[in-house]
Amino acid sequence: MISTKDHVTQTLTPQARPSLYWTFADALVLAKRHLVQIPRIPEELIFATIQPIMFVLLFRYVFGGAIAIRGTTYVNFLMAGIFVQTVVFGSTSTGIGLATDLQRGLIDRFRSLPMAKSAVLTGRTISDLVRNTFVVIVMWTVGLLVGFQPQGNFLFLLAAVGLLLLTSFAFSWISATIGLSVNSVEAAQSAGFIWLFPLTFASSAFVPVESMPPWLRVFAEHQPVTQIVNATRGLILNHPDATTIWIAIAWCVGILVVFIPLSVRAYGRRTAR
Amino acid sequence: MSNRPAILAEGLHKYYGKTHALDGLDLIAEEGSVLAVLGPNGAGKTTAVRILTTLLRPDAGRAEVAGLDVVKDADALRSRIGLAGQYAAVDENLTGYENLEMFGRLYHLSGSVARRRALELLEQFDLVDASRRLVKTYSGGMRRRLDLAASLIISPPILFMDEPTTGLDIRGRLAMWEVIGALVSDGTTVLLTTQYLEEADQLADKIAVVDRGRVIAKGTSDELKAQVGGERLELTVAHKGDMDAAVQVLRLYSVGEIQTDANHRHIVVPVTHGAQLLAAVVRDLDTAQIPVDDLALRRPTLDDVFLTLTGRAAEETDEPTEIPAARPLERSAR
Repeated sequence: MISTKDHVTQTLTPQARPSLYWTFADALVLAKRHLVQIPRIPEELIFATIQPIMFVLLFRYVFGGAIAIRGTTYVNFLMAGIFVQTVVFGSTSTGIGLATDLQRGLIDRFRSLPMAKSAVLTGRTISDLVRNTFVVIVMWTVGLLVGFQPQGNFLFLLAAVGLLLLTSFAFSWISATIGLSVNSVEAAQSAGFIWLFPLTFASSAFVPVESMPPWLRVFAEHQPVTQIVNATRGLILNHPDATTIWIAIAWCVGILVVFIPLSVRAYGRRTAR
Repeated sequence: MSNRPAILAEGLHKYYGKTHALDGLDLIAEEGSVLAVLGPNGAGKTTAVRILTTLLRPDAGRAEVAGLDVVKDADALRSRIGLAGQYAAVDENLTGYENLEMFGRLYHLSGSVARRRALELLEQFDLVDASRRLVKTYSGGMRRRLDLAASLIISPPILFMDEPTTGLDIRGRLAMWEVIGALVSDGTTVLLTTQYLEEADQLADKIAVVDRGRVIAKGTSDELKAQVGGERLELTVAHKGDMDAAVQVLRLYSVGEIQTDANHRHIVVPVTHGAQLLAAVVRDLDTAQIPVDDLALRRPTLDDVFLTLTGRAAEETDEPTEIPAARPLERSAR
């Protein structure tokens, strides 16, 4: 042991490449860091999947009988809501992961390295996107098992999945900002979740907004989750509405435009404790 | 950067809300030297390290590391320094090898160099057997070694270590000292923070004592000790009547004035090489048939430094470290 300067030393100089290259290369190194860990902590993925499955069963078999939907079965109505809820809830893992890195001092180390500033965030949001894709596939399968019958053609379904992943990615950046702004992993957990409940439940995800009292309906009709659910639902059930889809995309892009700079700024300032 | 100090901080100020974490801190470390920043929790040590490693911007003052300004040249500076924090900042769910390879890539080494360097460092830090195990199965000492290895990937000319031995047991601490000593003999400039006077004494060329965000004393370990006082033997005799006889025996070993407290049957003897004397002292007292209630070798602690320099105890210090008396203090013995 113990001798640091030896023959390898002279080769230990950083490669010279344009900074745009490192923006992607560093992000991929970190995305890989997270992806190799998924099978090592299977319980995390299992719990991330069990919760939406519970919601499917709960709404399909417990509440579903009491909810009448015009034009289609309840399970067909429900699944778009479940998909959106799944990716939106799933996005909280981004903030929790960053808060954990912060607490363990890893963010300090990353920030002391000559790497791209955005990489820690993009690496994590990309790997969370991959993870969420997997969970959406599982949920789609579960839906099919309980009677879900997608109506849209292949292109529509593909567009629906695309919109879900865009949503996942956008909400991950909100989550990242929260995770880097709070002082503990526990706070990241609650602060990351709590605001998602009104957003997903006071929406068209599980019930038609027409059934809500007027004041709530106004909120429900105009908030992003409803727009995203309606756009997804239209695509899945073969009656896509271009306006709704554009509004949904605009929400996601708007979220990204606001929260990417916010979280990068938070990252540049935070140190452990 | 011929005559420039490797680390230079001038009048650093940092506020956290109302807390004045750094209050005009000055530090200087020559190339190839070891500077220990000694102080209790909350003295501003970590804040100083974070400013010098570009993690925080100072609110006032300036600092240069390797001739580069820590604010203006932050990007360039990051490929000249290594940082080993007090957290063992490695990923628990990766193996030791994967951690080092990842950090190598993030230092922008090519894939093959990063892999080769990872293996080399694992060897150097005695982690080869554990290299394919997840870090969460590592002991505290192993994690610290891996953390240190990660900070040495590009073999940086300047290394910052924030409390490198806090939380380690005696064995881990000694092993870490050995590693740091080897780095230093290779010419690396090291700034380390510590709460332990003994650690600063063992490792550093210069010591800066920090309290409430500013340096309250600096110098070599010997200079500091001249102010604080060195080792002393403290004993309590069983019978008050033995006091004079005991002082008589102990005079042989004393290097200064012996203090006595008859009421508590307490005698304090300034010594050097105390650990080597202990056995002889016990034997002599035994021969003189002087029964002893308590006998201890004390070395100055951070608290003693603080008491001497500020007239008050160090705030929020962790419990003082118990170092087994059997281990000789090579540096301080000189």
